[in-house]
Amino acid sequence: MKDHIREKGNKRKGIRQDAVLLGATLIIMLILLSVFPEKQEAVTKALWKFFIEMILVLPAVMILMGLFSAFVPKEMVVKYLSKAAGIKAVFLGIIMGALPTGPLYVAFPLASALLKKGARISCIIAFLSAWACIKIPQEMVELQFLGPKFMATRLILTIIFVIMMGLSIERLIEWRDKNKRIL
Amino acid sequence: MTALFINFFALICLLIALSRDRAKTKRALIIALKSFFNIFPTILLIIILIGLLLGFVPQSQISKIVGEQAGFWGILVVAFLGAILHIPSLISFPLAAALLKSGATVTSVAVFITTLTMIGMVTLPLEVRELGKKMALLRNGISFLIAIIIGIIMGVIL
Repeated sequence: MKDHIREKGNKRKGIRQDAVLLGATLIIMLILLSVFPEKQEAVTKALWKFFIEMILVLPAVMILMGLFSAFVPKEMVVKYLSKAAGIKAVFLGIIMGALPTGPLYVAFPLASALLKKGARISCIIAFLSAWACIKIPQEMVELQFLGPKFMATRLILTIIFVIMMGLSIERLIEWRDKNKRIL
Repeated sequence: MTALFINFFALICLLIALSRDRAKTKRALIIALKSFFNIFPTILLIIILIGLLLGFVPQSQISKIVGEQAGFWGILVVAFLGAILHIPSLISFPLAAALLKSGATVTSVAVFITTLTMIGMVTLPLEVRELGKKMALLRNGISFLIAIIIGIIMGVIL
């Protein structure tokens, strides 16, 4: 309960900080633009273009995030991942990591709980990495700003390398643990 | 066009959600509204910075730091920046697009986004506490290498 209140307080402080920072940047921009009036057109044009591009997708992205966080409970993630075995576990880790939303620090306690429940290390690494960089709403924004080719290529490469990373970290840790036991 | 697709996708998800569970959907929309207002100031901030960047910094300067001229050193610097900076990933994409437009290479942009999202120096202490030193350091270290490899491959393909 206390944590909850503190979290709320932090959030409010964070928003106030953001607002102050935004105000300061606005003032700096206005000063810069009045000192260099010849730059006004280029700056406002770029600003407007990016603003429109963002506002066209932001509500949709936020709705997707809201839906995922309401419909994909943490218990579901734990249930699926703690039992998964074989190479399927790695893929499931990626899917389960891509679905729920929230910052990475929410994922660490979840991952640690999963490890204690006996989930595969490769699955946990895949889960964490997917949580960090293959979030579905995040991919939508990447699609909007960087185009389908960039987004799809990076997504596919990331999945391939995350799987490889998961498997090799698992091997490494298990091999070291085994050697320790022998010594 | 892309925006249309994204909105359509969100609408379909929303309709499915509504038909499944009205109460949960309502909760989801409240979360969506809250996070929209939470992130909005930061988004405005970054858009202003992008405007200033595109308006004031000459392309030759940008490409010296993150473009062809920067070479492998440039990629390393960008990877490191991505690893230590703590920018919400949603915001990193417009920034990346702006850099790309003004002379950055695909490689450096891809490396930046990948290290930015995959590696968290700020969250590293928490990761070490929850998962142990070995696993946390291995994950972040290998992610750094992976990001560079992904970036280089993307630079070759695209």
